[in-house]
Amino acid sequence: MPELDLLGGVLIQSTWAMMPILLAALGEILTERSGVVNIGLEGIMLISALFSVFVADKTLNPWLGVLTAIGIGAFIGLIHGFISVYLKGNQIISGLGINTFAAGFVAYSIEVFWGVRGYYTPKPEAKVPRLPVIGVSPLFLATIAITIVLFIILYKFDIGLKIRACGENPEAADVVGVKVELMQLTSTIIGGALTGLAGAVLSIDWLASITKQLPAGRGFIALALVNFANWNPLYGLLGSFIFGFLWTASEYMKNLEYFTRAIPMPLINTIPYIATLIVVAGVIGRSRPPQSVGVPYRRELD
Amino acid sequence: MVNSRFTEYLVYIGNVALAILIGLALGALIIWLGGYDPVKAYTGLFETSFNPSDYYYFASTLSYATPVIFTGLTFAISSRAGIFNIGAEGQMYMGALGAVIVASMNLPSPLILPMALITGTLMGALWGLIAGLFRALRNVNEVVATIMLNWIAFWIIEYARNYGLGDPRRQEKTISMPIEGRLPLLVKNTELSMAFVIALVIAILVYIFMWRTKIGYYIRVLGAGVKTAKYAGIDPRIITLYVFIIGGALSGLGGALEICGRPPTYAITTAASNIAGFGFTGISVSLLGLNHPILIIPASVIIGGLLAGSRGMQIKAKVPLEMVMAVQGLIIIALSVPGFTFVYRRWRIKKALRGGESA
Repeated sequence: MPELDLLGGVLIQSTWAMMPILLAALGEILTERSGVVNIGLEGIMLISALFSVFVADKTLNPWLGVLTAIGIGAFIGLIHGFISVYLKGNQIISGLGINTFAAGFVAYSIEVFWGVRGYYTPKPEAKVPRLPVIGVSPLFLATIAITIVLFIILYKFDIGLKIRACGENPEAADVVGVKVELMQLTSTIIGGALTGLAGAVLSIDWLASITKQLPAGRGFIALALVNFANWNPLYGLLGSFIFGFLWTASEYMKNLEYFTRAIPMPLINTIPYIATLIVVAGVIGRSRPPQSVGVPYRRELD
Repeated sequence: MVNSRFTEYLVYIGNVALAILIGLALGALIIWLGGYDPVKAYTGLFETSFNPSDYYYFASTLSYATPVIFTGLTFAISSRAGIFNIGAEGQMYMGALGAVIVASMNLPSPLILPMALITGTLMGALWGLIAGLFRALRNVNEVVATIMLNWIAFWIIEYARNYGLGDPRRQEKTISMPIEGRLPLLVKNTELSMAFVIALVIAILVYIFMWRTKIGYYIRVLGAGVKTAKYAGIDPRIITLYVFIIGGALSGLGGALEICGRPPTYAITTAASNIAGFGFTGISVSLLGLNHPILIIPASVIIGGLLAGSRGMQIKAKVPLEMVMAVQGLIIIALSVPGFTFVYRRWRIKKALRGGESA
């Protein structure tokens, strides 16, 4: 049954396609729940992907590459968090700056690191190995675990209530003794770290390459997913599967003559983006963002 | 002292200068870490952008300033309304595509140029309108909507180049604008065309629109807050649509002018390589120009210089030219901080308050 094989292939591939979007969205859910918005996800993914390829390729140890990506993501999260939380900067502008910087820096670094322009493929040993029998990535299981842990922390633990309070009503949180600024900075750092992990999934697990446009808009699809999921990690899991499936399905269509005759190749590439717009437009009216997201919390008048 | 408008302007200019310095300094650090010579790199960059002894380079700088004036205006108008239209990239692609479609049509020669510019403007406006509809009617985050539309526009022009609008002799580009549809060059043997003058005129018109017309006023009221706008009897959704249509039209015109006014190809090249990035660069231009249509002009010259000089930097110091994009990102990040003077002022107030408490 070739059709069933095809379906199985699409489903397995979807587990990869959903990972980067889901991880970045989980990071952003935590960040936005604490009251900070970070639209620099695309840039964080890209820079983390670059360094994880560099380290994994040099040491031939993919796990060191994964750790590097998490560290780089956390570091950029720290910068964004510091600007947003302590310097009361414009969070959207800072995020745009991260994306712009990443696009230039990664293209520059690919040439510095490997002396090639635009494209590098790491050695096979640098790739994250697949799990035996089920054939998915170990990082996929980690991603599912992170989703559940994040949900439990946000909704069942005291600290989760505090984080959500910072995003809904920071004044009230402050009054009952929550350290709002510290909470927001920590959330932004962890959010950055998860987005960094998403970058490693792209560069040394799923696509196993680095280009200057590796995330191809996935950082922004993750932002869309945050809205779609109504800032809830479990809905995020569901949504990421829809987005991941659509992305994989459009890749498969390119190999089927039946589809390529109906829709020419370059236009098949638009499917994930059109689907994102339609899905988000259909759902978003019902979602509710944290009340104070994106507004710097100022303790005293100035 | 703080109340005086002049001092405020000085503070702003100081901040902008500081942000540029921070961007260039961190850029130098990255160049040095990459194993290149930062002094050589920046000398190469300035010699091929603001070289007083060779007008060719300054003309080149202005030719790069032209498209980013348009994309800068797109971002500036939306910013004034409290919206982040980062879709200038895709809107410019669609404008360029509109001009290429006209170039393929064998129109009578006096019609080609006006039709190309009009088609490009309309297609850019349409692309803006789609993003605006998602934002205004379905409350989709405009950052998400515009980025998705950028990617869709990218694949549409790749489709057009491969199917129907490609140059039959040269695979790597679309059909070129015929000579009758091209704008005259301002300086012979450079890339600087009349498009730059059009850009200046448009920037002034946008200024008049924003500060002397009702719609412009409504846009700025919307920027003061959605609630404020509603109290003033303004429908935020209608104004949002205006912001996206006008912004898209501006970037669309900018894209069409690239096809009608930029030697040597007068076409879209593979993967949009000759117009890619202008949309995002417009964000830096707008921010450096404090989202003000007139101040965008000097800002575009600064950024245009970076773009024009990037090749000289690559040739003279071997530094990959994408480095200037990284510098732009650093400048934007520095500009996101609400002024170091502001931080300083805050710190002074804090100190004064603490002193008051202990006394």
